[in-house]
Amino acid sequence: MIKIRELNKWFGDLHVLKDVDLDVAEKEVVVVIGASGSGKSTLLRCINFLEFAQKGQIFIDGKETDSRSKKLHLVRMEVGMVFQHFNLFPHRTVMGNVIEGLTQVKKLPREQALGQGRELLEKVGLSDKADVYPAMLSGGQKQRVAIARALAMKPKIMLFDEPTSALDPELVGEVLQVMKNLALEGMTMMVVSHEMGFAREVGDRVIYMDEGRIIEEGLPEELYKNPQHERTKSFLARLL
Amino acid sequence: MLDLPWDFTAIARYFPGFYAAALLTLQITFFGILVGLVLGLVTGLMRLSTFKILNLPAKGYIWVIRGTPLLLQLMIIYYGLIDLVNIDRMPAAIIGLGVHNGAYIAEIFRGAIQSIERGQREAALSLGMTPTQAMIRVVLPQAFKRSVPALGNQFIIALKDSSLASAIAVRELLLRARQMGSSTLMMLEMLMIVGIYYLMMTTVLTLLVGRVEKRLQVSDYRD
Repeated sequence: MIKIRELNKWFGDLHVLKDVDLDVAEKEVVVVIGASGSGKSTLLRCINFLEFAQKGQIFIDGKETDSRSKKLHLVRMEVGMVFQHFNLFPHRTVMGNVIEGLTQVKKLPREQALGQGRELLEKVGLSDKADVYPAMLSGGQKQRVAIARALAMKPKIMLFDEPTSALDPELVGEVLQVMKNLALEGMTMMVVSHEMGFAREVGDRVIYMDEGRIIEEGLPEELYKNPQHERTKSFLARLL
Repeated sequence: MLDLPWDFTAIARYFPGFYAAALLTLQITFFGILVGLVLGLVTGLMRLSTFKILNLPAKGYIWVIRGTPLLLQLMIIYYGLIDLVNIDRMPAAIIGLGVHNGAYIAEIFRGAIQSIERGQREAALSLGMTPTQAMIRVVLPQAFKRSVPALGNQFIIALKDSSLASAIAVRELLLRARQMGSSTLMMLEMLMIVGIYYLMMTTVLTLLVGRVEKRLQVSDYRD
């Protein structure tokens, strides 16, 4: 589904991604871990072209995308993104947020969009919040709306950039539950998250990034229990 | 009883006689602001562009207009350009006030647009919107809302600045006061009438802006 080859990204002089190679198969759930500054969020953002890598290739569903292309919005339609800080549109209601992509990008008639919106809100357990503004929601509810908004576009892959790290601890569970359901339905997912329980339950693979490189990867159970690399060991020791 | 050199009962007597002049003041202000809003939005967006062909002219316009007095700009348009084009006094006043306010409103819009979190645009793009769609659907509506208090302030300044049109012979409030003052020899009384008109108009404008702000706050409330 995703194929990345020798991806390199610099912020000024800072070399944040160094020759990253990565393949994500259809229906695979890949969890990316690593210290802050390791490049994990940047990697995710490059796949959605919110950041542009200076070197390397990105194939999504077999098609290579050039970051200078004028058709980036078409690629982004197929790649859903969920942000750490939700980034809901504060001037639109919950339903307004969910159907924004459907009415504006897919140009669906409003009635049809509303129908799909209701289904999506039911899926994330927020049917009763359709008409309220995001400001009235808890963090966990906001993130579930954000997931519904991204799902509305029927993306082929969903990217999650630290979806639970801005949440109060008691709200993390409801968001992870929605993500787990999604994984069980067969969604291809790439998740930057340190939630080990989630990785163990639905993750197919965990990737450890350090200083812009993927230095270790494996099955969640094995990588967490028995990390091979010194850096992975010390990182996991600090995480626990 | 103190014997004052003024007759304040004249204020009530002459007050209605300023009605037509007040209407002119309102017209200059209204159309001036309208021109200013259009120019301000276009210039504000140009100013944010990464293309030099767009952002340099915008910078130049703001630099010149903010750096010179409105009175001078009005005189240039009305008297200075006479050999080139003959612009009537009303249009000259509206163009002058509009171009002047456009520069300030551009900066208000630019600041408001820049104050919208980057994540908003990113979320819009991630849904598959084009950069233009993201600007129109997501960034601008929020930026407009944020610019309302500053715009209200600018509108009040514009209303008062319209008095400078008296210098290019527009018979708005201030010029009317000076003419009436000379003919009645009651200068202070006439100037006070005009002061009351301005205060009434700025008060109404302030209340209106306050109501717009309130109405736009619906999405901010938690219950």
